[in-house]
Amino acid sequence: MAFPIEVVLFLFLIASAISVALLEDLFAAAMITGIFSLISAGLFTLMDAVDVAFTEAAVGAGISTVLVLSTLGLTTDREDQRAFHLFPLVVVLITGAALLYGTLDMPLYGDPSAPIHGHVAPDYIVGAMKDFGIPNIVTNVLASYRGYDTLGETVVIFTATIGVLLLLTAGGRERGASKESEGQAHTAHEPPSPMREVVVLRLVSQALIPLILLFAFYVQFHGDFGPGGGFQAGVIFGAGLVLYGLIFGLETLKGVVPPAVLEAGLALGVLLYGGTGVACLLLGGNYLDYAVFDHHSAAHGRHLGILLVEGGVGIAVTCAMTLIFYAFGGRSSIRNGGASQ
Amino acid sequence: MSASLGLWNYWVVIVLMMIGLYIVIARDSLVKKVMGLNIFQVSVIMFYVSMGKVDGGTAPIVPEGGVEGVVFSNPLPHVLMLTAIVVGIATTALALALVVRIQERYGTVEEDEIRDMDFRDTEHGDP
Repeated sequence: MAFPIEVVLFLFLIASAISVALLEDLFAAAMITGIFSLISAGLFTLMDAVDVAFTEAAVGAGISTVLVLSTLGLTTDREDQRAFHLFPLVVVLITGAALLYGTLDMPLYGDPSAPIHGHVAPDYIVGAMKDFGIPNIVTNVLASYRGYDTLGETVVIFTATIGVLLLLTAGGRERGASKESEGQAHTAHEPPSPMREVVVLRLVSQALIPLILLFAFYVQFHGDFGPGGGFQAGVIFGAGLVLYGLIFGLETLKGVVPPAVLEAGLALGVLLYGGTGVACLLLGGNYLDYAVFDHHSAAHGRHLGILLVEGGVGIAVTCAMTLIFYAFGGRSSIRNGGASQ
Repeated sequence: MSASLGLWNYWVVIVLMMIGLYIVIARDSLVKKVMGLNIFQVSVIMFYVSMGKVDGGTAPIVPEGGVEGVVFSNPLPHVLMLTAIVVGIATTALALALVVRIQERYGTVEEDEIRDMDFRDTEHGDP
C-alpha cells in the first residue's frame, strides 16, 4: 500500500515549494528547487512513470540547479524584499478556488474507467509487442506512434539552444582569430577551478563520471527493454559532462569536448531524426513509418527506425545540455573581455 | 467521504500550481520568477502523470509473459511529459540567458527597478 508514502512525499513537495516562495536568499532557494525536483521524481516513480522520473531527476536535480546557480553567479544571489502585496494573494486564492471547484467533476485517482484510459492507450499497450517487439511501451509511443510530436520537441530544444548561444556567446568569437588562440585567451584570465583542489570532490567525481557516462549509454541502448531512451540518456550524459566541467574547470572540459563538435552534434541529432523520416519516404513508405526498413519483418524495421530516431534524440539532447552549460560558464570571461574593448 | 478523498492528487497539484503562480506574480526578482515557473511546470507534469495512474497498475513495460492479465498505467501521459521536461529545461535556459543579458544591460534583475529605468528613459525622450 503506497498511499502513505505518496502523502508524505507530497507534503515534502509542498513544504519545499513554499520555502522557495519565502526565501530571500536565492542560493538557498536554488538548492531547494533541486530537492523539489528530486522529491517529484520519487513521486513519478510511485505513479509508475519511471521514464518521467529518470528525466526529472537528471534534469531538475542536476542540470537545472547548475544553470540557476550559474545565473546567480552572473547576476546576484540576493532578492530585494518589498512590502507584502495583498492583491497577488487574492488573485491566486480565487484562481485556486475556481480550479478546486473544477476538480469535483474529475475522475478519481487511479480509476481504471477514467476517460483517459479509453481511447488510444489500449491499442498502444497491445501493439507494443505485436507491431514492434519492443517491451517498453513508452519508447514505442515516443518514437513511433507519436513520432511527429517528438520530432517537434527535438526541434524546440535545438531552437532554444541556438537562442541561448546567440544571447550568451555573442562577442566571444570575433576576439580570437582561430579556435586555438581563443581557447588560450580564455585560459589566460580564467581562474583555476577551486573545486579541483578539494580531494573528496575530485576523487569521488573521478570515480563516478565514467560510471555516469556508461550508465547513459546503457539507458540509451537498453531503452527498448527497460526505462530509458534518447531524452533520458541525453540528459544523463550531459549531466556527467557538466559535473566534469564543474570539478575540473570549463577549459579542461572544452579541451575534451570542443564546442564546435557539440554544435555539429546538435544539428546532426536533429538531422538524423528528420533524415530517418525522409529515408522512409524514399523507400516508399509514409514519413516516419519505419516498417519499410525491413521488407521481411515489419516489426524488425520499426525496431531499427526507433533505434535511429532515439540515437538522434540522444545526440541532440547531450549536445544541447552541454552547450547551454558552456554558454553560461563562459559568459563571465566574455564579459570581462568585452569590457576592455 | 472516500469519493472526495480520491481527488487528493488534483488538490496537491493545484496547491503547487498556485504557489508557482504566486511567485511569478508577486516577486520582483526575475530569477525568482523563473523558479516559480519551474514549480508551475512540475505541477502540470504531476497533473498529467497522476491522471495516467491506474489502481494496481504497473510501469508500462511489457514483462516476459506478455500483456495478458497485466494492468499497466497509461503510457501516453508519460511520453508527453518526459519530452516536456527536456523542452522545459531548454526554454528555462533561454529565460535565464535573457535574465543574464538584462542584468548586463540594466545592472539589476528586479522588475520594478527595470520598469522605473524604462520610464525614466521614455520621459527624457531617450529610447
